[in-house]
This record gives sequence, C-alpha cells and structure tokens, in this order.
Amino acid sequence: MTTYSNIPLTGYRRDNGRVGIRNHVIILSVDDISNAAVEGVASLIRGTRAITHPYGRLQFGDDLHLTFNTLIGAGRNPNVAAVVVIGIEPNWTDYIVKGIAETGKPVAGFSIERHGDLKTIEMAARKAKEFIQYATELPRVPVEWKEIWVSTKCGESDTTSGLAANPTVGRVFERLEKTGNTLFFGETTEVTGAEDKIMENCATPEIAAQFKAAFDDYQALVESQGVSLLGTQPTEGNIRGGLSTIEEKALGNVEKMGRCQVVGFLKPAEEPKKPGLHFMDSSSAAAEMVTLCLAGGAVLHLFPTGQGNVIGNPLLPVIKLSANPLTIETMSEHIDVDLSGMLRFDFNLDGAADRTLEVMAHTINGRLTNAEALRHDEFVITKLYRSA
Amino acid sequence: MKKGILLHESSDDVGVAAMDIKAGEEVQAVTLEGAPVAPVKVIEDVPLGHKVAMCDMPQGHHVQEYGRAIGYASQAIEFGAHVHIHNIKSLRWAASSANLLEK
Repeated sequence: MTTYSNIPLTGYRRDNGRVGIRNHVIILSVDDISNAAVEGVASLIRGTRAITHPYGRLQFGDDLHLTFNTLIGAGRNPNVAAVVVIGIEPNWTDYIVKGIAETGKPVAGFSIERHGDLKTIEMAARKAKEFIQYATELPRVPVEWKEIWVSTKCGESDTTSGLAANPTVGRVFERLEKTGNTLFFGETTEVTGAEDKIMENCATPEIAAQFKAAFDDYQALVESQGVSLLGTQPTEGNIRGGLSTIEEKALGNVEKMGRCQVVGFLKPAEEPKKPGLHFMDSSSAAAEMVTLCLAGGAVLHLFPTGQGNVIGNPLLPVIKLSANPLTIETMSEHIDVDLSGMLRFDFNLDGAADRTLEVMAHTINGRLTNAEALRHDEFVITKLYRSA
Repeated sequence: MKKGILLHESSDDVGVAAMDIKAGEEVQAVTLEGAPVAPVKVIEDVPLGHKVAMCDMPQGHHVQEYGRAIGYASQAIEFGAHVHIHNIKSLRWAASSANLLEK
C-alpha cells in the first residue's frame, strides 16, 4: 500500500452526484459591463468570489456559444456551491442561469437594465448572503478517488518536462484510469508531431477521426494567418535545453497521457459523459486551457512545468510539478511537487507518482495549492474570432 | 558506477543526460522505472537535458526515443556521442530545425 491510498478523501457531494473539492459561492459576470456590479457584490459579502471577464457583448455563432458554455460550465463545476449571475440584459442572464440550474445547485440571476448598478448590487448581495450561509453549512463528506475529475496541461516546458514531470502525470493518469476517474488533456496545436500517437491510442476510429478533424482545423487556422508552426518548433529555448525536433517536443508533451486510452473527444468546454481519458480541443495557452477544463467539469488540475509557469485558476486548484532543480531553487513558492529527485535517481517514476498523488490527496481534502495561496486567479475565456 | 542517463524505453537509441556529463566519463543508463540498461562511455560533453547515443547509428537511421522515431540521423552517430540538431533532423518536416536557425 502506498501512502496516498491510505489518506481518506473528503469533498462536497452536489445534488447531481458530482463531487467538488472546493465550496465556492461565485458572483458571475455575463458580460464585460457587469463586472463592476459583480465586484460590488463580492466586496460586500464575505467568502464570495467575483468571476469577471472582458467578453459577452456582440459575439456571435460558435464564439458566442463558447463564451456562454464557458460561463455555464464554470457555474456548473462541482467546486462551486452556488451562483449569483449578473448581466446587463435579462435574456442572456436567464440563459446562463438555466444552464447552471440543471445541476440542481442554488443559482439566481440579476439584470442591470431598469435597475442600475446600485439597486442590482443590493438585490444580488442579499441573495449572495443567503447562498454563502447555505454553502458554509454544507459538510465535507467521504468521497472516493474515482469521483475526482482531473485535467492536465503543461507549460514553460523544457527537457526536464519530457524526462520527468510529464511522465509522472502519465503514471498518475494510468493509475486513475484504473480506478475509473474521468480525465482530460488537450492542447491541440502543441501535440503537433505526436498526433499519430494520440490517434493510435484512441479507443475507436471515430474518436481518432474527431481528434484529427480538430487538429487539421487548428493547423488550417494557423496557416490562414500566414504563419507556420513548423518553423517555430522547437523554440530556441527548447533547442538550448536539448530538444532537437518537433516530434521529440510533442512526444514529451503527450507523455502526460501515459498509456491511457483516449475514450472521448470533447469540444472546448464540453463535459465528458463517461470515465476515462478525454482529449479536449483547446488552446495551448495555459490560462485558456485550464479555464476550458474547469468548464468541462474538472475539479483538480495537474500542471507540469520546466522553466516555471505560474498559472492558477479561481475555481480549479492547480498543482504544479517540476523536475528542474533551478526552477525548484528559484521559484519554490510556485511548485507543489518537487520531482528534481528523479534526476538525482533518488526515486523512479512510481515514486514520483506516489508523491504527486499524496499532494493531490491533501489538496482534495482542502489544503490550498501554491497557486491558490498566491491568488493566481486566472479566468480566461477562449475567444475564437472578433466580435460583431 | 554512477547513474547519469535516463531512458524512456529500454530499447531507445538515445538516453537523456540527467546531469552535465563530461567527455570520457562512463555512467550507467537506467529507465524511468529505475531498471539499469547499460553503462555508457560518453565521448563528448553532454549538458543536462541533452541526448546521448546508446548505440552506433548509420546515416538515415530513424532515431528512437519514447519508443518512437523522433527524427533521422543526418550523419553517422557514434555510441556515446551527443545527439542534437547537428546530427538529427525531423522526419515530419525535415527543414524545421534549419528554418528556425535561419530566422
């Protein structure tokens, strides 16, 4: 028996059966111009959290849907106990409220038109106070590993990522796949050079075809801007670190999937319907990708880094892993799991996975990650194209 | 013998230096699982994170790492040599490394 499996897990069981590891009451902006009212409510009511963003007006088509699906997904996420939604217009506000209400959690919408900010803030603050008292009464209850949906994305990668931190996530994912967890990875452009490996590991030809279509679509978008990713990968920093080819960089990236089978393809912000590893079509920008995982329902995120990416998320706890001794030495306040011992041969891949799972268990049970403690609250919506 | 090289798969053509290795040093290569693979006499300086040839490779050989081809040998590579952009090129986009250097 390894240590982590002896740690009893607790979490918050929501009405729809999903398990959260945090118990946030959020005040959610439908659009950019409602941010002031949202911040007003969050500053009045202790324990609530403002979720603001710069979009939501005059978007259309897939871009509008993605923004709204991201907002609805954030509200639906089981790390969230209750939601106050504020938007300028009643129609769009109701649309977000209805999407969140399907989960059975308390949610209320307020629109600013015909009230103004001050009246809206007063009404919404009364509801927010009711919600925070509801949420703070909820007990933590025993939960199982398989109920924890886990996502991953790497950033500021170097050779230590492919050598240690990414394979460690892969080993953790292999174990969680066996226990029946729901798992996410993605970064559609960053897997360029290893897309054939992902396709070979898809459970069905249909899933492989869906992945390939999203991959080709992203490549076409990049090329339509007159840019080629091929000439920019690996980067000069990568080469200095020892990476020689784009295949090598991508294979290091997809080490995060371990030997897991890909059982589902997800559109950006889409919720998986079954356990197992899912590929989500997603940007490779850290805050965008982690926000999409939040919207898809992940409650815990593993973020391997080489040179030290500092990203966090207001609702999805981000655990950072690094094996780079210099990063550990110079940026220790950001790194939750020190894997530099792998390069000193102090422990092997299984030992690294044990250490990671132990930190995950404590994080599930309420211990703040470094990103949470440092207030790294990056909530970033993926914008597909310009607004009308 | 001191351990110095990590291999993703025991059958890989290249291992990764887990420390700065000096020319002439002999170090043990082990897998990520901790299993010893072979001693390697490193014939050139190889910095941490860079690759070392685990065998002699003829020009054109598809170089295996992660159990898969990461490129081809653009010149013959000797056992223990430093493997990088000077002697390995992308199979997918042969020009990618060269393009970058031209920028």
